[in-house]
Amino acid sequence: MSQRIREKLTILADAAKYDVSCSSSGSNRKNLNKGLGDANGGGICHTYTEDGRCVSLLKILLTNHCIYDCAFCVSRRSNDVKRAAFTVEEVVELTMNFYRRNYIEGLFLSSGIFKNADYTMERLVRIVKTLRLEHRFNGYIHLKTIPGASPELLTEAGLYADRMSINLEMPTEAGLKLLAPEKSHEDVKKPLGFIKDNITALADQRKIIKRTPKFVPAGQSTQMVIGATPETDMEIMYSADAYYKNFDLKRVYYSGYVPISFDSRMPALGTQPPLLRENRLYQTDWLMRFYGFDVTELLNVRHPHLDVDIDPKLSWALRNMEQFPVDINTADYRMILRIPGIGVTSAKKIIAARKFGRLRQDQLKAMGVAWNRARHFIRCADSVYRLNDPDPVQVKGLILGESSSKYLKVAQNQLALF
Amino acid sequence: METYIFDGTLQGLLTAVFDFYEFKPADVKLVCAKNYQPALLGSDHLVISCEVKARRVWTGFDKKAGKSWTVAFYTAFLSERPEAYQDLFNLMRYVFENPPGAIANFGNPSVLAVSQMARKVSRERHRMKAFIRFQETADGIFYAGIEPDFNVLPLVAEFFKNRYACQRWLIYDLKRNYGLFYDLNDVDEVVLDELPSQSPYLEKEKSSAREDLYQLLWTDYFKSTNIPARKNTKLHLRHVPRRYWKYLTEKRIL
Repeated sequence: MSQRIREKLTILADAAKYDVSCSSSGSNRKNLNKGLGDANGGGICHTYTEDGRCVSLLKILLTNHCIYDCAFCVSRRSNDVKRAAFTVEEVVELTMNFYRRNYIEGLFLSSGIFKNADYTMERLVRIVKTLRLEHRFNGYIHLKTIPGASPELLTEAGLYADRMSINLEMPTEAGLKLLAPEKSHEDVKKPLGFIKDNITALADQRKIIKRTPKFVPAGQSTQMVIGATPETDMEIMYSADAYYKNFDLKRVYYSGYVPISFDSRMPALGTQPPLLRENRLYQTDWLMRFYGFDVTELLNVRHPHLDVDIDPKLSWALRNMEQFPVDINTADYRMILRIPGIGVTSAKKIIAARKFGRLRQDQLKAMGVAWNRARHFIRCADSVYRLNDPDPVQVKGLILGESSSKYLKVAQNQLALF
Repeated sequence: METYIFDGTLQGLLTAVFDFYEFKPADVKLVCAKNYQPALLGSDHLVISCEVKARRVWTGFDKKAGKSWTVAFYTAFLSERPEAYQDLFNLMRYVFENPPGAIANFGNPSVLAVSQMARKVSRERHRMKAFIRFQETADGIFYAGIEPDFNVLPLVAEFFKNRYACQRWLIYDLKRNYGLFYDLNDVDEVVLDELPSQSPYLEKEKSSAREDLYQLLWTDYFKSTNIPARKNTKLHLRHVPRRYWKYLTEKRIL
C-alpha cells in the first residue's frame, strides 16, 4: 500500500513541477470553523528545492494521462512515461497530513485531461469540495482551470478555490500553434474572462450584501514558457501586459523552457534553461506592477530585447540620462522609485526621513540604497557639484566594474576590441 | 557615563527609562545583568523592575510613537542582543525628547537600528512559521522542537493557534527551555522537566505509527519536485541556510 502511494506521488509530483506558480498569498480565508488551516494574509515558503524554487504548496497532478499532444509537455500523449492517477481520498489524505505537519500551505491541483474537459474538471472540483466541506480544510487551494470546462463547473470551483489559473503556454498565438496545434489562446481567454467577470460581479454584490460567498479570493494567474519558441522579449512582455490589463491577473509567470524531448521545433536536449532571461523578464514584470513603469518605456521597437548585462531599470535610466540626476530631497516619490538602486522600501524611507532634514550620502547608504548604482543618478545634501553631464557608456562601465553578475563567469567590463 | 543594570526583561528595560528621567544623569549605558562587567570609571545603578513605572513608560511611548512602533519595539527587544537594548533605550529617549512624528526619521541612528533589528527578528519569526516541522507523537500531540536565533515564540503563538485549531500541538524552544502548548482551546506557556527528545526529532517509539510514512512521502515529494537542470545551490542555501536544516524533515539523512 505505502509503496504504491509513494510511486504515485513521485510520478505525479514530477509531472506537475514545470508549473512554476507556488504562491500562497493574497487570500482571506480565515479559520473560523475550528478546522485545519488558515489562508489569511501573506504566503509562506516552507522549503526550497535544490534549484532554489520555493515549495509552498503540494503541487501534484490528479493524473498524467492526457488526450493532448503538446510538444513542450512531459505528459503529452505520445511521450513514453509511466502513467498514474490519484483517487480522491489519496489526495485528501496527503494534503491533510502534510498540512498538519506544517510541510505545506495548501494544495496546487492540476491534471492531465482525460476523456474530456468537463469530466476532468468535475473530478478536480470534487476533491476541493471534499477538502473544504467534509474535512473543514481552510488552507490555500490553487486549482487549474481546464480549458473548455463548462461555466457551471467553473463557478462551483471558484467557490472553493483560493486561486485559479490557466496557462497561456506560449507568449504568442503563432508559437502555440507551432507546438500545440490542438490549442489556442482563445480557449484560455474565455475561462479567464468568465472568472474575472464573476469576481467583479460578486465584489459589487458584497458592497450590498455582507455575506456574499468568497469567489477565487486570491485571483487568477497564468504562465508562459520562455525560450521554446523564438519570441522577442518585447512580444512576451506586451502579451503579459495585455493579460494584466484585460483580465486583472494577479501574476504572470515566466517559465524558462527545460528541454524534455527530441523535437526539431525546440531547443535540443541538454540545452541550459534560459535562467538569466527569465530573471530579466521578472524584473520587467515587477517594474510594470510596482514601480509605475509602462511596458513601452522598457521595451519598444528600438529595444525589443532586454539587456543581458544590466537590469532593465538601469538600462532605462542609461537611455534617459536627461531625467537625472534626481535630487533626493525634493523629487517626488514616482521619480525616486525610478532611480536604479532604490527600491520601494528605500523610497518610502527617504520620503519619510527627508521631512526631518536634508539627507546625506551616509544616511542613504544606511537605509539600504544600492550605492554603487544609485550614486550616478542622484543628488543629496553633500553631493559635490558636477560640471559635466555623465556619459551613459562611462556610467555603465563604472557600475559593471564594481559589480559581478551571478550568472556570468567572465567579467562584463571587458572593452570591445573594435 | 553611568551604567544602568537591568534584569533582561521588558519591564526592566522600561523601568530603566523611567529611572533615567527620575535621576537625569548625563548619559547612560544600559546593560543586562548577565552581560554586566564592572567598569573602571563611572558609577552603576541597579534598576529594580517595577510594573507601575514600566506601564507608564509603555503607555507614553505608545501614545507618542503609535502602535506599529510599539510592535517593532517589542519585536526588537526579543532579539536579546546587548547592543539592541542600548538602541531601544536610545530610541525611547529620542521619542520622548522630540515632537510627535519624529519616529519616522530614519536618518536617526537609533530609529534605523531598532527598525533594522525588528526586521531581523521578524525574519526569524517568519522562518519559524515556515521551517517548524511537526511530528505526531503516539498520543496524538503534534510536537516540534526548535532552537531559534531570537526568542520568537511569543510572536508565532497566535499564528499557530489560528492555523492548527483542530489539533493539539507543542512547540518547544530547546535553547531557552520553554514551550507553547495548545490544548484545543488556549495556548499556554509550559516548561517541561523531561524533554521529549534532545534533538529536534522524536525517537521512534514516541512517534505515532503513520509518522514515518508521511515523513517518507514528504521526502519523496521534495526530491521529485526538483528540476535538476536548473540546479542552483547558492540560491538554495540563501533561502534555506544550513543552520535550519536540523528542523527540516526533507533535509534529514535517514
